[in-house]
Amino acid sequence: MLEELTDAPALKAVAESLAARFGQAVLETTFEKKELAFKVRGEELLPVLGYLKNELGFHALNDMIGLDRFPSPGEGRKRFAVLYQLYKFPEALRVRVAVEVGEGEAVPSIVGLYRSAGWAEREIFDMFGLQFRGHPDLRRIYLPDEFTGHPLRKDFPLEG
Amino acid sequence: MTEKTGGHPFILTRADHLITWAQKNSLWPFGSGLACCAIEMIATAAARYDIARFGMELFRASPRQADLFIVAGTVTKKMAPSIRRLWEQMADPKWVIAMGNCAVSGGPFPSYSVVQGVDTVIPVDVYIAGCPPTPQGLLHGLMILQKKIAGSRPTKEIMNPHARRTD
Amino acid sequence: MAFQEIALNMGPQHPSTHGVLRLKLNVDNEVVRALEPVIGYLHRGMEKLWESQTYVQIIPLTDRLDYLAALSNNLAYVLAVEKLMGLEIPKRAQYIRVILVELQRLASHLAWLGFMANDVGAMSVLLYSFEDREDILDIFEAYVGARLTVHGMRIGGVPFDLDDRVIGMIRGALDGLPKKIADIEKLLNDNRIWLHRTRGVGAISRDDALAFGLTGPTLRATGVAWDIRRDIPYSSYEDFDFDVPVRHNGDVNDRYLVRMDEIRQSLRIVRQALDRLPDGEHLVKVPRSLKIPPGEVFHTIEAPKGELGFYIKSNGTDKPERVKMKSPSFINLQSLERMSKGNLFSDVVGILGSLDIVLGEIDK
Repeated sequence: MLEELTDAPALKAVAESLAARFGQAVLETTFEKKELAFKVRGEELLPVLGYLKNELGFHALNDMIGLDRFPSPGEGRKRFAVLYQLYKFPEALRVRVAVEVGEGEAVPSIVGLYRSAGWAEREIFDMFGLQFRGHPDLRRIYLPDEFTGHPLRKDFPLEG
Repeated sequence: MTEKTGGHPFILTRADHLITWAQKNSLWPFGSGLACCAIEMIATAAARYDIARFGMELFRASPRQADLFIVAGTVTKKMAPSIRRLWEQMADPKWVIAMGNCAVSGGPFPSYSVVQGVDTVIPVDVYIAGCPPTPQGLLHGLMILQKKIAGSRPTKEIMNPHARRTD
Repeated sequence: MAFQEIALNMGPQHPSTHGVLRLKLNVDNEVVRALEPVIGYLHRGMEKLWESQTYVQIIPLTDRLDYLAALSNNLAYVLAVEKLMGLEIPKRAQYIRVILVELQRLASHLAWLGFMANDVGAMSVLLYSFEDREDILDIFEAYVGARLTVHGMRIGGVPFDLDDRVIGMIRGALDGLPKKIADIEKLLNDNRIWLHRTRGVGAISRDDALAFGLTGPTLRATGVAWDIRRDIPYSSYEDFDFDVPVRHNGDVNDRYLVRMDEIRQSLRIVRQALDRLPDGEHLVKVPRSLKIPPGEVFHTIEAPKGELGFYIKSNGTDKPERVKMKSPSFINLQSLERMSKGNLFSDVVGILGSLDIVLGEIDK
């Protein structure tokens, strides 16, 4: 995996640094379509993101993306995933970190690290129903409070 | 004297003409600009398409001061109670234009959060299709509304309050 | 006599909230103490809708996101799809895309200028800027048939080639717009009332701006020279010569000045692209029922409002598995409370105007 990164030395340095610091906690490293992505366990999320932000300089959280893989998540995967898209400026480097989330599990909130995650986590809660442990104000953001269901789940029909 | 005018006194039909002439040439829109259609509504009010030549340049921010509710954009289920309340706040006589495909019938969004047509929330007088309708389209719709107003009988409502629309 | 905080509500229907936005304010004798934006009044379920549409059918729906800059949304989406497919776009198509999207930036900034000036009280500027914007909308209408929801990008290029009539219109706009922009600036730049209402109002520091994840002119007004067109160039932006305007006070006036500078830079880019337009194809043939093998991609562009991006996950069928849009206005709006606290209640409208948000993009 790391051999494919020879054309992207800066990203290769990031991958090596993360592997050296966290070892087995980084479950998977992929480099496809020139995008570097890592998968980590939920418990390691805050340390890994903290390291990426404070030691490696990825100060910007571009986006947080929720995924629902119902009905067939695949081998060794849970139903949901949350992706964190990080950016380092001015070197213009991008990195994606993914965590697997099962039904009823909670994800640690990263609001303390990245302020802009506040509304992004509310959005994922609203659309998927995933809980974020430690979020100061986790409630719906798009839909009215009385709404039942979480629309972006694959078993929720389009018309509601 | 009243047979030809269907039971309505002749002198009052003259008054009707005067009243409807005044109403249709000075409609004050309540611009409920919700989405993309609102931008075309504002472009219609701007210099090139000049809604002022129809007497409608005075977009009021408060529904109490307006008599034409232009629903321009997508009405979501979260917004629908506000639309209803705003319409109820407008004083009679009032008219509603559903501008754009979303207001007419939900537009390109058959989803869980969009009201499929604002006429399920408030009664609509003129429907203008388009996504968004061009300013010329909006002006055409306004002229159709003017024609509708010219054919209405305000004195009938004044004489008989029970004839007034109460939905 | 004790003063106490009053809870005030702005919106969701309000002439100056730029759409259906609700602001819950806590005001203490005209000074804002707390502000909470409530959004979702225009949530149309776009991301759910996209999962049941083919890749090609999604393009016109992206117009309705940031409806003041439809071509930017189109471009961000088709670039993400092309990155996922690994598709090469001919140079001529790339240059035409740059011309279209920079003209769209002009139209978006002119609309923003009109709205913000109108909110602050300078209503004539609204009429002037909308008239200038009509020149650009005429170009779009001549090129592809629509003014606002343009749908001017296709997967593989652009729908039509630039013919002489459209090129003539673009050159006419390039010649006529600088004087018109200068006229508007003459009305505002040194205007005592404008300066009094915008200087020192709604300031945010550079560190706060980065912490809140701001992008676009709002960030560049605090001194950070962050522009995706220059940092991660797309669609041949590396061929063009342009500056990234930056100011340092981070207040409303600086955001206004940054956007006016950007208008001038956009004119510069369009002129260069038009002068050096290469020969070639304007569209690559793409199968009608486009199936993309499984993969995921994240791609952003520098839209007029900030950094706009799409995350697309494909699963081998002709419909995407997941499409997520990174909306700059959604992230920028979170900083409104920080910018408004301590300012007068009547300044909230000016600060909101200077953020340049579009509810279609925030609510999706």
